[in-house]
Amino acid sequence: MSAIVAENLSKHWTTADGEVRAVDRLSFSFDQGTLNVLLGPSGCGKSTTLRLIAGLELADGGRVSIAGRDVTDLPPSQRNISMVFQSYALFPHLSVGENIVFGLKVRKVTPADVGRRLARVADLLGLSQLLDRKPSQLSGGQQQRVALGRAIISEAPVCLMDEPLSNLDAQLRQDMRAEIRNLQRELGITMVYVTHDQIEAMSMADTIVLLNRGGIEQNAAPVDLYENPANTFVARFIGTPPMNLLPLVAGAGGAVIAGTDGPVLLPAGCAGGMLGVRPEHIAIAQDRGVPATVQGVEYLGADSLVSCRIGSAAIAVRVAGNSGLAAGAGTRLAWAPGAQHVFDRAGRRVAADGVHQTATLYA
Amino acid sequence: MTRTAQWAYAWLMLLPAMALLALFTHYPAAATAWHSFNSTPKGARSAVFVGLDNYRQLVDDPVFWQALSNNFWFALYTIPASIALSLLMATWVNGKVAGRGFLRLAYFTPTILPMIAVANIWMFFYTPEYGLLEQVLGAFGAPSHNWLGSKSTALPAIMVVTVWKEAGFFMIFYLAALQSMSPNLAEAAAIEGASRWHFFRRVTLPLLMPTTLFVLVNAVINAFRMVDHIVVMTRGGPDNATALLLYYIYEIGFRFWDSAYAAALTMVLLAILGLLALAQFGFLERRVHYR
Repeated sequence: MSAIVAENLSKHWTTADGEVRAVDRLSFSFDQGTLNVLLGPSGCGKSTTLRLIAGLELADGGRVSIAGRDVTDLPPSQRNISMVFQSYALFPHLSVGENIVFGLKVRKVTPADVGRRLARVADLLGLSQLLDRKPSQLSGGQQQRVALGRAIISEAPVCLMDEPLSNLDAQLRQDMRAEIRNLQRELGITMVYVTHDQIEAMSMADTIVLLNRGGIEQNAAPVDLYENPANTFVARFIGTPPMNLLPLVAGAGGAVIAGTDGPVLLPAGCAGGMLGVRPEHIAIAQDRGVPATVQGVEYLGADSLVSCRIGSAAIAVRVAGNSGLAAGAGTRLAWAPGAQHVFDRAGRRVAADGVHQTATLYA
Repeated sequence: MTRTAQWAYAWLMLLPAMALLALFTHYPAAATAWHSFNSTPKGARSAVFVGLDNYRQLVDDPVFWQALSNNFWFALYTIPASIALSLLMATWVNGKVAGRGFLRLAYFTPTILPMIAVANIWMFFYTPEYGLLEQVLGAFGAPSHNWLGSKSTALPAIMVVTVWKEAGFFMIFYLAALQSMSPNLAEAAAIEGASRWHFFRRVTLPLLMPTTLFVLVNAVINAFRMVDHIVVMTRGGPDNATALLLYYIYEIGFRFWDSAYAAALTMVLLAILGLLALAQFGFLERRVHYR
């Protein structure tokens, strides 16, 4: 059963410049016990979507249901959810323990039950020694755990997280990613997780909903998002560095990369569209592939990023270790036919069938 | 520059501020204390040391006790009322209300207006027969009443003016404190199912305690410094019903020219304020700061 379903969910703001569609007719459904990431650049509507699910904003259109129950018009407290805020939203005058059990006290849970649940959650999150401290006496990571504790002690089946790790340093963020993921699996919670960090999304999610300007660009598992981007926006957003997108023009006998006379890479029908290849799928070759000029090399240790130019298009190549190439050198770039992604004029993915035959020539 | 010259330079720089402070703050305070142990000089007769005579007179002075008790009731009613009202107004204009910029300004107006002008406006409200209050009450058939002229209503009438004036001022502090609170706190509480009242009582109020302490200290000091409205509206009357401590000191000192007795009264006022400030900071400080 779907734990969360949104149908044509919409939210508009009226500003001085007119109406802004923060969330524009979104539809998605999340399965029970999965971790779902709402990913996208700033202002794409991901936080607003989360707040619509939470009931902190009221939808201008569409429905939300949680566990099969339509909650569109219910206040947050009746949606049976918990939430972790980016700022943690801890009550500064209450101790860690009081912060965690705040909701239980409100819901008049018996003191014995409160004590038992607090002990379990504190144990789970390693907060047992800190229960009497005030939030200001904790480190950022510990405050984050308290916020997590307050969310999971409610035992709500759905947990919403709004960029929970963005205030932590890189090392802690990595540890907490794994910890949140384990916790989510262990407790069987359905989680909706908002982030702008694609690494967070890729490493944690069961499914990623990639948003842009209030709409869904693609809703898929991380591996699909990476391997089969639905359009050029997804292709550019996922991956560091992002996928190379080379404009295609009509040449003699088929489509060629803009600014080159060949070789022909794709059927003529692809001209005007884009050819996408990930930097890590390109190899530096001597005797085959497309001629290119090296423009610069970034040595990163385990691998190097070589920026090249083919015709008028820039292309990045990731090679293992030190590339041994120098700026200005000529080289050839080759990639497997399966690594090619083709997008039409509108930026939409073109079905791979019938496209790859010509490409094999250069692989 | 030699070391001595450096010292001289430093003291010269400090001199103007020190001179002003000594002349207008320290000397008057010390002089007042000294005067309170002397008699008032009259004509050719200069002041003589009288020890605690002035303080003995004070203990036997019924008007002093009346002023003290007036001031006590005045503080007891106006302080909680103005604090509660300011908190209520701040909470209201902190929310999404139409025209809240105008509302905030309106609440702050009493603080901007000169006190004498304010007192005159309120005197018109309270005027018997044709004042605003009389006209409104008269429309409902209530009998005419001299609000500032009768012993039972003069002090409460002054209290209303004070609450009206102070609440707008305190509201600014509460509003500033409320604005600095993250809206996420209210949202987190809403998700946990806390009612607005529960959130206000368990989260907002405790977080506003530092502001409340600040406002309370100011309110107490203001309650004992109250004099302008009394001068304009009632002159302490009728029958000392609105005589507050500072007004009584003013009367003794500048209408009866008994400066020694006025000095003794001043020392008592100072002692009261000092004790109250100590109690507030000593006792409340520990319970207020949560950081």
